[in-house]
Amino acid sequence: MLGAWVLLLGCQLAGEAVARLIALPVPGPVLGMALLFGLLALRGAVSPVAPTVEHTALGTLAVGLLANLSLLFVPAGTGVIQQGPVLLHNGFGLLVALVVSTALTLAVTGGVFAVVARWVWR
Amino acid sequence: MSLPVLNGLDVVWVYLAASPLLWLTLTLAAYVLADQVAVLCGRHPLANPVLLAVAMMVALLMVTGTSYGTYFEGAQFVHFLLGPATVALAVPLWHNRRDVARALLPLLAALLAGAVTAVVSAVGIAWAFGAPPSVLASIAPKSVTAAIAMGVAKELGGDPALAATLVIITGIVGSMMAGPVLAGLGVHDRAARGFAMGLAAHGMGTARAFQIDPMAGTFAGIAMGLNGMLTAAIVPVVLRLFGL
Repeated sequence: MLGAWVLLLGCQLAGEAVARLIALPVPGPVLGMALLFGLLALRGAVSPVAPTVEHTALGTLAVGLLANLSLLFVPAGTGVIQQGPVLLHNGFGLLVALVVSTALTLAVTGGVFAVVARWVWR
Repeated sequence: MSLPVLNGLDVVWVYLAASPLLWLTLTLAAYVLADQVAVLCGRHPLANPVLLAVAMMVALLMVTGTSYGTYFEGAQFVHFLLGPATVALAVPLWHNRRDVARALLPLLAALLAGAVTAVVSAVGIAWAFGAPPSVLASIAPKSVTAAIAMGVAKELGGDPALAATLVIITGIVGSMMAGPVLAGLGVHDRAARGFAMGLAAHGMGTARAFQIDPMAGTFAGIAMGLNGMLTAAIVPVVLRLFGL
């Protein structure tokens, strides 16, 4: 359990350090995800008979965190309370832009994925 | 006539309101309650637990006259877990690596089309409504994870705090609309659905995708990571097209 936390936080820390070092517009945690993926690949290559990752402490921790991912957005979401003036002046236009743009993005992304997949996997 | 009990409560409140414990506990309690409501509604897309919990917290802060800064001192412990949770996405990604490799071509095509659509449509519509340049720069990265969106907005003359708020609203709106929009289009493939949710609505779309299915969640996590990088590159170009 503690070892799994050290692994997650260690990957994040390394990701943050690399992101600062090479000034990439990528957040540290995303680089940390890539690093952990690399470690899992290494582990698979070194000991193919090791238990699959779902059956390790890391697997349990990851599943638990991801199952409650929505909760983690509540503090940032409550920040809407600070945006009163901007939302008052541009609120309607911004809401229309967010709703229409997000619907379009969902449709285009899902549609292109499905069409290309059908074409590739035929 | 004085009321010693009420005075006592006053003292307790003054102490608790300033301590991280109160707002941390209330954030967790609000989410547990909101999630119960969502379950009671059969996880209907409109009963979004984040939206409900945020509404409860905003109402509570306003009623008690608490500043966001004081609130965040407690809530930061929850907020902090976003980082390790993002790293944890590597676990389902590794588990589903063969399906991901097989879907590389559709994945890259959808990434490019979706990223451009997200930025151009958001900036275009807000521009048509007469939003000022600083607001346009804040809404342009609305589909990517807050950390990247805030950096991009700041770089291009936007307001990072506004960008974060627009990101969260996009996440809520996207989680609510994903099911109906994709089903309406006849997109039923779990990978395609998850990818669209992560691309359009970052971590909140990913959270919603994990509620549907681990495979959908995996593709959502990939979309979130890749779109974050691509959007950071696209936004300056699009803003220049709009003469900013």
